[in-house]
Amino acid sequence: MDEARILRRGLSPRLWLAGGWLLLALLAAIFAPLIAPQDPLAQDLMLERLPPFWLDGAEPGYWLGTDSLGRDLLSRLIFGGRIAFIVAFAAAASACLIGSALGLIAGYFGGWADRVISRIVDVWMAFPPVLFAILLVAVLGTGLSSVIIAIAVIDWTRFCRVIRAEAMSQARMDYVESARIAGYGRIGIMLREVLPNVLPSVVALLSLEMGIAVIVEAILSFVNLSISTDDPTWGGIIAEGRLSIHQAWWVLVFPLITLIFTVLSFSQFGEGLKARFDPVLR
Amino acid sequence: MEPCLEIRSLSAVLPNGQRVLRSVSLTVQPGEVRALVGESGAGKTMIGKAVLGVLPKSVRIVEGEMLIEGESLGRLDAKARRTLIGARTALIPQDPLTALNPSRRIGPQTTDRLVRILGWSGEKADERIRQLLQEVQIREPERVLKCYPHELSGGMRQRVLIAAAFAAEPRLIVADEPTTALDVTVQKQILRLIAQLQRNHGTALLFVTHDLGVVAKISQKVSVLYAGKVVEEAATPDLFASPQHPYTRALIAATPRYTDPYASLMPVNETVLAGLADEVAGADRAWRPSHG
Repeated sequence: MDEARILRRGLSPRLWLAGGWLLLALLAAIFAPLIAPQDPLAQDLMLERLPPFWLDGAEPGYWLGTDSLGRDLLSRLIFGGRIAFIVAFAAAASACLIGSALGLIAGYFGGWADRVISRIVDVWMAFPPVLFAILLVAVLGTGLSSVIIAIAVIDWTRFCRVIRAEAMSQARMDYVESARIAGYGRIGIMLREVLPNVLPSVVALLSLEMGIAVIVEAILSFVNLSISTDDPTWGGIIAEGRLSIHQAWWVLVFPLITLIFTVLSFSQFGEGLKARFDPVLR
Repeated sequence: MEPCLEIRSLSAVLPNGQRVLRSVSLTVQPGEVRALVGESGAGKTMIGKAVLGVLPKSVRIVEGEMLIEGESLGRLDAKARRTLIGARTALIPQDPLTALNPSRRIGPQTTDRLVRILGWSGEKADERIRQLLQEVQIREPERVLKCYPHELSGGMRQRVLIAAAFAAEPRLIVADEPTTALDVTVQKQILRLIAQLQRNHGTALLFVTHDLGVVAKISQKVSVLYAGKVVEEAATPDLFASPQHPYTRALIAATPRYTDPYASLMPVNETVLAGLADEVAGADRAWRPSHG
């Protein structure tokens, strides 16, 4: 679709809001050292449990208050976003690549390829995902790459199932038959004719998966299995906030709000993109 | 003259052993229109798919031979068969809604076949498609080439598919109920268009339909199918003037007449159907598959 038509149709509020939040969070994460008002690791027991700026007793420069060690909450959230986005992009992209490729093959070729891949997916999905992740990280050792690998290894089935079903229905279309009559090979048809038609679903799922990766990373941080405990992560902050909920509710509430907004935005952004680029829905 | 398409006693079975084609034989001479008529499930579409090499995986050919311009498809390896079918035949599909890839523009979608099979340059193929789009009376070929399928109406899409089918100058086109999915008002135009292009290009046509009115308009020869068996074969005028088989007579009688809108629809007579069942069963008893 040409640029002019994209502009003429305008952006839906869904894409605007979700994309806006994601862009804001992403920029903040990238430029964290420039933007963060304080050092996220600097402890100062004189400043412990400062409330957010609109409450009595707030200090200027500590907009969202401080935690029980006197560390600035806003700065910690901004730096935590770095981990969240790295995990979201890397883990979702790996899961997408593995899952979509296998799903496309299973759905388009059918037969024994489909049977083998579908059985693997069935077995995979019998594992409880969060326990599976904890187990994997425990085996691989903590660290950023272990978290990414764990999420990709667990969540490729989500792509595989959806793309398999889509590829199956596309493979039955008459245009696939026409391509066969015109002398195209099976792999050529799969890549040229079927793949572009399942791409909108891949994009939507990819965005959804990024949100899920953010949640899984937060869960792993919450149980202290993500990365080194020094670096701030959203899950880690939530875990700390839980301990001081009665004295400093903001340490729990702000990271939760950030997490919810981000995950919601990822899923809505994906749906919005799908509606925009699907040639039939369009 | 060597027939454009020759099918010699073709039989095909489903995995459960049920026959879907029962020793079907037919020929299509160059430039001739052969209609295949029959009710749903009679195997008319199956014959078209067999010729084009796109039978469903579950259907197995157990007997018979198909020759395109004297070349037996069964004797070629898979790749040579694909090339032969791709170069000499084309399909006008039943449903123009699913026969075009929704995510590709009309232009590349219709030309890449010319480039690939005939080895034409991109410009030559573009020029050819533009010319064909004019032949099917599309007024703005340039604009249509840049469209996605969903931007065109059903009738327009069927025109595009007809243009694409004729573009490579195939010797034989299989038209699988090309007007069934269209609006009644468009059906007539599309039918006239196919007949006109067929005459101008001298292409042989295997025209699959269940509509005897269409048969009378477009074809020179007819094969009447029932349960995968050719029950009658004749030149079109003869078939309507003196149908030999009771099933053919019943089919002709069952065709609604627009001249008398109050006449009730006539089903095919029970005794005719019973006779057909006997005939088919008799043929099955006499039939021994040549292998398997």
